[in-house]
Order: sequence, then structure tokens, then C-alpha cells
Amino acid sequence: MSPRDVVITGMGIVSSLGEGADAHWQALTAGTPAPVLDKERFAPYTIHPLPEIDWGQQIPRRGDQRQMETWQRLGTYAAGLALDDADMKGDEALCASMDMVVAAGGGERDETVDEGILAASLERSDHDLLLNEKLTTELRPTLFLAQLSNLAAGNISIVHKVTGSSRTFMGEEGAGVSAIETAAARIRSGQSSHVLVGASFQTEHSDMLLAYELGGFLHRGDWAPVWQRANGEGGGVVTGSGAAFLVLESREHAEKRGRKAYAAIGPVVSRRSRRKAEPLAAGVSEMIDRLELPDAPLMALSGASGAHEATAAELEAFGSRENMALRGFSSLTGHMKEAQFPFAVALAALAVHHGQAYPAFDDQREAAFDGSLDAVLATAVGYHCYEGMGLITKA
Amino acid sequence: MKTTDSFGRPVIAVTGMGVVTSLGQGRAENWDALINGRSGIHPITRFPIDHLATTISGMVDFLSSSTRGASVHTHELADLVAAEAIEQSGLPASDFGGPLFLAAPPVELDWHHRLALYAKAREHNGNTSLIEAAREAHATELFEESQFGTIADRLAERYGTRGLPITLSTACASGATAIQLGTEAIRRGECDRALAIGADGSATAEALIRFSLLSALTTQNDDPEKASRPFSKDRSGFVLAEGAGALVLESLESALARGAEILGIMSGCGEKADDFHRTRSKPDGSPAIGAVRAALADAGMSTEDIEYINAHGTSTQENDKMEHMSLSTVFGERMKTLPISSNKSMIGHTLSAAGAVEAVFSLMTMREGVIPPTINYDTPDPAIELDVVPNVKREAQVSTVLSNSFGFGGQNTCLVMAREPV
Repeated sequence: MSPRDVVITGMGIVSSLGEGADAHWQALTAGTPAPVLDKERFAPYTIHPLPEIDWGQQIPRRGDQRQMETWQRLGTYAAGLALDDADMKGDEALCASMDMVVAAGGGERDETVDEGILAASLERSDHDLLLNEKLTTELRPTLFLAQLSNLAAGNISIVHKVTGSSRTFMGEEGAGVSAIETAAARIRSGQSSHVLVGASFQTEHSDMLLAYELGGFLHRGDWAPVWQRANGEGGGVVTGSGAAFLVLESREHAEKRGRKAYAAIGPVVSRRSRRKAEPLAAGVSEMIDRLELPDAPLMALSGASGAHEATAAELEAFGSRENMALRGFSSLTGHMKEAQFPFAVALAALAVHHGQAYPAFDDQREAAFDGSLDAVLATAVGYHCYEGMGLITKA
Repeated sequence: MKTTDSFGRPVIAVTGMGVVTSLGQGRAENWDALINGRSGIHPITRFPIDHLATTISGMVDFLSSSTRGASVHTHELADLVAAEAIEQSGLPASDFGGPLFLAAPPVELDWHHRLALYAKAREHNGNTSLIEAAREAHATELFEESQFGTIADRLAERYGTRGLPITLSTACASGATAIQLGTEAIRRGECDRALAIGADGSATAEALIRFSLLSALTTQNDDPEKASRPFSKDRSGFVLAEGAGALVLESLESALARGAEILGIMSGCGEKADDFHRTRSKPDGSPAIGAVRAALADAGMSTEDIEYINAHGTSTQENDKMEHMSLSTVFGERMKTLPISSNKSMIGHTLSAAGAVEAVFSLMTMREGVIPPTINYDTPDPAIELDVVPNVKREAQVSTVLSNSFGFGGQNTCLVMAREPV
């Protein structure tokens, strides 16, 4: 144990399963955990929708709520949950000295304006002129701010007064991995004493689905657990709206405040596998090796997306290790892009905290687990690129 | 030579630099234009200007990617500066051996591609049909263009950087944040060197319109070269621009061990977020003040140690006023005589790239012993009493520089650089 160990003292998680650590623990440890699905709205794609949220609980000013699109609002809301959970909310001194790393994609475009342009584009060929005409007159001036990646963090600063520093990493699952890895490294080296880290993803927007489907990554047809989509129609990914924010502190900082931690963050590793040139399963295996895990049975909260190639590679890498029991949580939450790794870490921390395993989320592919919960692995193998994993241990 | 700083951390040397702006490609072209007070701001030709309030910019129009959309253009800009910086560092061209930190604009599927996809759609029911068309097009290039991690992935592959590259955005402070992340990684002992890049080739019609709708851009279109007027009384907004800057950061120990030329020292980085408003700064300037002080403290320096300031100086009423007030608070009476100039008077605001581009120029200022001017300084603002190195370069031995970057979303990041290790 070191005063600079990284401990998790607060979490704010939201998904189709509900909001908050307790709601998720209850939903995921129920006899047979069941997904919440919306098959109609974006058919032929199924999504896991946001639960009903009373935004005012974490974002009191309606003016602030209006300045954000859903993805930013969701992140700001989850960040508020995490700060509340860590008993830091409203503590001016703690928030003003708190560092922040947010993983973000882009915001939501104005679908009505865009569809107007799409329709008009069929009638005329001077598209550049059309864009100027429509965009200068129809775009809402403040929409830009509601779209900018770094404005998720910006809104967290405004609403929750977290102002020590503010950094936004962009780039799908890899951004979430780097956010956790960097935040933990800063605490371990003494560069930070406490950090707010996390991400949010709102899938209920055509542009979010478009970004996946340009690469043919979305699953169509009936829902199936992530490990059983290989023969399904489409690319295997079912998306979900959700967010995960964590308050990380040095052990020393948490103890001085008299705070109990859910768990500690042990080693975190990341990787840019050269997927076109080398087998991804070997890359995932290399990361597992780098963690120097004990041979004892180990539960792994997997952020597997369902994307055929990446998911098969992860299954192969873990399948060859008999002591590992996978729990693919995205079967139940959907794929939350930048939030995948922070979410995996949060769920792993909950299992360590409760000292209890999750039941199989897919009883055909996931083995029962009755081993120790002193340490739980969290993974995120990007649906398209970048990989990471980390060991969550007893605080 | 001592290779640790006063805090016992590794001293960070700069051993390679690359830059592209509307002034040209590479350090030599840029520096020559910069010290001769030449502006790169010109009329927009990339797309029609009908209906636009602003019709000028500092776009980089001389590359093959310039008309191929924001993602491809940003990639080429980043690639060019990475190549120039690594070449200068003397490190292997395809085996850099340290992490990559890339500051880049958020990406979206380009409108031209969006419309082309839609034209091919089987049905035309808006976004639903667009998604269907996307699925059927199997357009790998378009998919990659819309992924935030793509540019860094390609750069990592080409230059042999190590590990998972980080792509980041802190709005107009992004370039400085990339440098800060690299500096911190070396200080933590995770690596001996890091490649920090800021690149922005996102000046599309929609980007211009978005900034225009926020009333951030000048509309003085008639005389483009005169449009960017930082610290002048008649400043009226920033000029949207493109560019890229790259630094090879290296522990001094590692740089000396391989006999590399030390181009300068990254002495300290500081930041402070603002919780006041999405686009406006806290009226008392406390976040900017906090960022400057944090950078000085991180460098182990006092205000007296700073000899020149490379301003954020965007030429908006708000920024220049706030920057002056904040600096005056930190530096006191001395601020009236401490040289400060804004490169943006010549290159415009290169957004995600600005912090990196201006760090390159700050280091060159020290190496060349010449301070680039703030051009278009014809009507001083009586409320802003500064020595802005007006209109003409100044020969001066500069051994330390403070470079400021402030951005939307309350982002404030400052860098302190030195010519020699202390």
C-alpha cells in the first residue's frame, strides 16, 4: 500500500438499466439480468435507450440544461452523481483544485436542418451554395457549443465548479482508456491528488448511428448477447446511451477526508494493435500478460462491443485462459463508445466493493464464477481500433 | 549539465520543431514571413462566399489535401509538421519510440460526402435513408474520416510512435495541452521522448458559419491582410485559420546522451478551467491569471524571469482586453514595458493548432534573437497599455517566453519556455 495508490471514491453511472451505482448493482445481479431495448425508433437497429432522468437533480439551472445537447447533459449529470457519491459536490475548495479528464466524441447535429439540406440537395446541383444558404439562416447559434467535444468538460466546470484543470480526449473507446490511464498515472506520480474522469454517449441520434454504419458495424435483427452475434445480420454492435464518471483520489487524499473507497485502480495497460497486419487476439493476450495476473480465477468485466472481429479476438484471447470468467456488460447496456472503459472500471469496482460476482450475462458463453473478488479485470477492446485493460483491486 | 529541474524532475528539452501555416510550409518560410510582418490572411476561395458575413481566412490552401475535407486536410498538416520535427531531431524517421499526443479538431462526416451518399440512397427519407446508404456504400474511407482516432492512428503507424496515441481537444488551447501532456509523461518517467502535435485543417464553410453565428469573427473583408488587429482599438474579431505545429519533447538527459541539438527547454505548463460561461471569461480574469501563475510555478520561475510573452491575442474585443487585464494583474507595472506580441496578427487563429504553432514560434524567437511583431497596430487601444512590438520586428536577446492559450469552454493553458537549461 502506498499513499499514492489510486482509489475510487465516487461513481456516477447511467445506462438503460437505471442511474447510480446501486440501481446498476441491483439490475446486474438480479437472477436473470435483462436488457432494456427499443427496437422501434431506429429500426432496423435496436438500441438501449436512456432511462427517464430528472435533469434538475444534478443541473439545477434550466438555462444550463438548454445550453447542452443530450450527450453533454448526460455527462454533466453523471459527473454530478459521481461528485455527490464522493461527497465532494459543492465543496468549493475540493472542486476548484480537482483535475478533470473527459473522453468525448462529437455532439448532436440539428437533424431538422440537416434533413432540410439533404432534401434540397436532390433538387439542385450547386451544393456549396445550398450549404451557405441553409446553414447561415437555419443553424441555432449556440448549437456549435452544444456539439464541441470539449464542451462536455466545459459544462461540468460551469455546473459543478470543477476547475483544477480540464482535458478532453477524443477517439472512441481508446479515449476512455487513455482518460483512466492518464488520470491514474497523474495520481500515482503526485501530479494530481484527485481527478474527475469519465465519458458519456448518447446513441439516440441519427448521426451517432451513422458513424458506426459507415463502417457497417451495427447489428440488425433480434437482440442477442455480444458473444452471440457473429452469425447475425450486420456488424454486431448494438449501441446504448449511457455515462460513467469516477472520482479518483490518492489513498492519502481520501483517507484525510475520511472517505471509504469502492476499490483501487491497479495497473492499467493500453495498446494500439496493428489490426490489419497482426492478429488482434495476440495483441489482447499481450496486454493480459503485461498485467502479470495471478493464476487464480479472475472475473473480467468486458467492454466487448459485439463487433465481429474485435469481439472474436477478445473471446479467443480469454478463451485460452481457463481461469478467466468474462462478463460482457454491453449485452445489457449496449455499446457506449467513449464511456465503455470507464463503465467497465465502475462495474468492476462494484464487484470488488460488494465482494460478489455478477451472474453470467450470457449463460451460454459466460462461465459461472465462484472465485475471489479481491481483484476484477476491466477491458475495452475497441470495435475498430485501440485496446485497454486495467485491474481493479480491493482498496 | 544538470538534467533535473529544481523540483527534481527531468528537464524537458525540445529537439525538433515543425510548422505549417498560411504563411508557408516549414520553419524557414514561416519565420521569414513572420519577422518581415507579412500576413497570410487572404480571400476565401475554397468554397463560395455567397451569404457569408466573413469572406477571408488564414486557410492553408497550398496542399493537395486543402480541398479534400477537414479530416484529410488535418491529417496532411499534422503529417508534414511531424516529418519536419522528427527530421530536425535526428531521431529515426519511422521509429520515433515515444508516445504521440495530437491536438485536433473534432471530426464529422464532410458535407460533400454526406450529400454524395444521400444522392445514391435507394429512398430519400432523410437521415434514415442516409444511414442505409452508408451501410450499403462500404466506404471505409468515409468511416475512417468520421472516427476521432483515425489521424493519430495513421501518424502512429507512419512514425512508429509507442502505445495508444492520444487525440485531444481543449478548444483553442489544444496545441498547448498536447505539449503539456507530453511534458508530463516524460516527467513521470513513462518515456524519454514524446511527439506533441497541434493540427487544424477544419476551415469548412460550416465551421466558418458556426464561428460567425457566435459573432467571433471579424467581417473586415476588404483588406484581408489588415483584418487581424490584436490589441488595437479597432479590433473586431478573429480570423479563422489553419495550420499545424509539432514539437519533439525529450528528457534533457536522453537528448544529451545521443548528442542532439537542444533547441530550447519546456520549463513549465499551467492550466486553470473557467466556470463562468461557455464562451466568455470570468470578468475578474482569475482563471487566466491562475493559468499564468501555475505555469510560472511549474517552471520554478517568478514574473521577473519572463522576458517576452507570446500572446493568445486573438483580435477579439473580449480576449485582448481580458488577456491584458490578467497579465497586468500577474506582472504589475512591468507589463507596460514587457514585450508581448501576437503571431495571430499575421497567421490568424489556427484553433486546435494555435498552442503548438505559437510554441514553435516562441522557441524560434529565442533562438533567432528576434521578436516577431504584432502587425496592423495602427490605432492603439488606450485601455490596453502594452509594448506589443508594433508592426516591426525587434532584435532582442530573449531567454524565456510565456505563451498563452485560452479557449471556449473555459480552457486556459500557459507554457513557459527557456532558451537554455537553468
